[in-house]
Amino acid sequence: MILRVTEQGRAQLQAAAIAILASIAIGSVMMLVVGVPPGTVWWAMLERTTSDPYTLGQVLYKATGLALCGLSVGLALDAGLFNIGAEGQLTAGVLACALMGTALPGDTPSFIAVPLCLFAAALAGGLVGAAIGALRAYRGAHEVITSIMLNAIVAALALWVGNAFLFQGGTTRGADIVKGAELPHLPFAGSAVNGTLIMALGLVALLTWLRSSTTWGQMWRAVGRDPDAARSVGIAVPRVQTIVMAAAGALAGLAAANFVLGHKHAFEEGLGRGTGFLGISAALLGRTHPVGIGIAALLLGLLSAGGLAVADLVPKELTEMLQGVVVLAVAAAGPWVARHPRAAPKDPVGQRAGKARAA
Amino acid sequence: MTRASEASASSAASTVEGDLVIAATLTKRFGVREVLSEAHIRVRPGTVHALVGENGAGKSTLVKIIAGVVRADAGDLTVRGRAVDVTTWERRGARAAGIGLVQQHGASAGTLTVVENAMLGVEPTRGPLLAFDRPAAELAKRGREVGLAIDPHARAEDLPLGAAQRAEIVAALYHGATLLVLDEPTAVLAPVEVAGLLGALKELAAQGATIIIVTHKLDEVKSVADDVTVLRDGKTVATFRASDAPLDVGAIARAMVGEDTPTMTPPRAVPSTAPEVLAVAIAPVSAGRTKGAPSAGRAWGASDADVARDSAHGQDMLVVVRGELVGVAGVDGNGQRELARAIAGLDRQRIVRIGGVDATKWSTAKRLTAGLAYVPEDRLHGGLVLDGTVAENLALGRTDVTGRWRIDRAAVRRHAVQRIAELDIRPADSDAIVRGLSGGNQQKVVIGRELSRPNLRAVVAAQPTRGVDLGAVARIHERLRAAAGAGAGVLVISADLDELLVLCHRVVVMLRGELVGELGGDELRAPEARARLGALMTGAT
Repeated sequence: MILRVTEQGRAQLQAAAIAILASIAIGSVMMLVVGVPPGTVWWAMLERTTSDPYTLGQVLYKATGLALCGLSVGLALDAGLFNIGAEGQLTAGVLACALMGTALPGDTPSFIAVPLCLFAAALAGGLVGAAIGALRAYRGAHEVITSIMLNAIVAALALWVGNAFLFQGGTTRGADIVKGAELPHLPFAGSAVNGTLIMALGLVALLTWLRSSTTWGQMWRAVGRDPDAARSVGIAVPRVQTIVMAAAGALAGLAAANFVLGHKHAFEEGLGRGTGFLGISAALLGRTHPVGIGIAALLLGLLSAGGLAVADLVPKELTEMLQGVVVLAVAAAGPWVARHPRAAPKDPVGQRAGKARAA
Repeated sequence: MTRASEASASSAASTVEGDLVIAATLTKRFGVREVLSEAHIRVRPGTVHALVGENGAGKSTLVKIIAGVVRADAGDLTVRGRAVDVTTWERRGARAAGIGLVQQHGASAGTLTVVENAMLGVEPTRGPLLAFDRPAAELAKRGREVGLAIDPHARAEDLPLGAAQRAEIVAALYHGATLLVLDEPTAVLAPVEVAGLLGALKELAAQGATIIIVTHKLDEVKSVADDVTVLRDGKTVATFRASDAPLDVGAIARAMVGEDTPTMTPPRAVPSTAPEVLAVAIAPVSAGRTKGAPSAGRAWGASDADVARDSAHGQDMLVVVRGELVGVAGVDGNGQRELARAIAGLDRQRIVRIGGVDATKWSTAKRLTAGLAYVPEDRLHGGLVLDGTVAENLALGRTDVTGRWRIDRAAVRRHAVQRIAELDIRPADSDAIVRGLSGGNQQKVVIGRELSRPNLRAVVAAQPTRGVDLGAVARIHERLRAAAGAGAGVLVISADLDELLVLCHRVVVMLRGELVGELGGDELRAPEARARLGALMTGAT
């Protein structure tokens, strides 16, 4: 029942497929411009990432962080809010997670240390998200503006805390977290992919269920699709907006686990940077459906890690540009699908993606 | 009878066709809806011509076509004896022909001054610099000449609505307009401003200008108009000329609302002992305590509850009893919308009792749980989640159907199938997306969700059949009657008198936020009920 393909679902799939095809086409043109045969590059990207366990592991590592941030943005979009602040929420999570991980006694067992660190990360991200949500719901401050401002504030705050208290001897790395808080790497030839991937998959399933099968999901989607209708059937719109933004912040904060607990095991300047922003792409490409976001995160991860793998064929910047192309394509594909006969719903995601470009 | 029959009006017109400022016969569709079907208007020079009709009669569309803002689909338009092509007639040509348009909410850029707005696009320059001194002086002078005082250097956004409107009229005159079109100019004005504006319009006409004023307030028509054209359902149904006989506002009101009495079976009488199920104060609580003003008469230490109780005393309460269908008639924008929202708790400015219990401070959710059903006036913005399915919309917010946490899909489907059968919702598919349904079927979904609430006590249905086809109207009326029959008190807010006459035990009339009259029982069944309500609605008494 969870993965019913409804009429709307089909339109969403269509939009995502069109976006991906358009991106491949545009990417191919870009490759032709730099003078390499596109077929060779695409094939090499697929072949090198899937045949080599290490590269595949790196793809999954990237995808884990993207999926969590994508879920954060997607959840907010579902409720009609554009959470451009996943980046700041992630940074808050990284800082809180590392602080908790270093503050624990050295012999803390992992069944206590890991949940505590995850809690700290979710709480920090959640507080940032809740602030954005409450400002929007009760004071009417637009969440895109407050998100951008909070991104800057959190980034500066994290750097200051790092400089003042954490960074050790001229480096930009803090002390190691306790052993018990480390998440195990998954067996992919020593690559960075770790236990956070399992948590991300669990959250994809949980959100899919909440979204489609609970009154909670019904409520937040009603708020997103038509706040006036939600209000007139008795849904407390401001409360839902605040809670959803808090939850979205917590999801982005949890992405810290991927970087701190799973890989670097310490606070580092710039750790996970860019994942929050790329998470927006994942949410848009995934059409706000948790499973779609998971798949989109995998594709973007592939593009990101795969780009490195084919760096001998095309410049790395080209694959980075391609990530931007994907967002533009998905923003254009949403309204296009909505306008064309076979696909019914007018969709908020494409329009919001348009806003993202403007921002 | 001052009615000039259609035939005589046109024969009279044909003799002086060349003298007319405007002679138009116009047809216009928006989508499948025909808003004007060969509506005609003939405007004599130097007159104030009132264009009247109920909401949705097509008045605004008609004048917007004349002013070149909206394009007609077909018809004839003659401006000062010159025939123009209605399918290409646009604002620029209209302006060149001396047609000035003053819209209800103005069209000024708020941060610019009056003179800057007036000269927008034709800015006067001295060398490379802007030079507003001369036009400013000229504007002020032109204003004085016609009795409309303006300050050309005031910023548009700082002006009260009346002053902004005066500025637009003067600017139009300054640019050489000899035919002024005013679209519901008085709807946004305070009474004293209305008097000033009407006086100025008469003066302008006396000086040779021609005025078309759109309104549905018949007292204004009587005081200012030389000629009257009445529109109903996109057709011209009557014309009146003050020079033939004094304007008979009663006859105009009857022409506006139509005279054909609908066939009806009067609803079963409600026992006089029936208990109150819904009560709402007509005036907002805060009316006596406006912002910044000292809370007059409020004793130190008095709690909000005291104030609420005090203002409940001697305040107009609209009360609906068990089994009763009460209609609220009125032209749109006279406070009905606010009344409905207050009952639903979307704003909490008014005292509300549900089932006899004070619900003033309750949230919307609590009111709905207590047995209220709310059909909002605009199903597209507030009634439905358009991208949701029929089943989802029928169960929206209905935890009694879905279950508290986990959605019981089987129950949602059962609920949907029942409502679809009950209201004949088409397509009969609970998975259909609501956006794709016709207006009537969309409205049935709202009605289905709201009237199927358990332990229903009170229903507020705002414009329940607006823009809905006849078949759906019948179904919706049937469900509203059934709700009352099952013991709920039903409040129907509608601008459609036919609807209220067939449906209600009692009809109250709202005008400018107040209840100005009430008809019930035999009075409501009497043949002249419609005319009396029409007169009350338009303030013609």
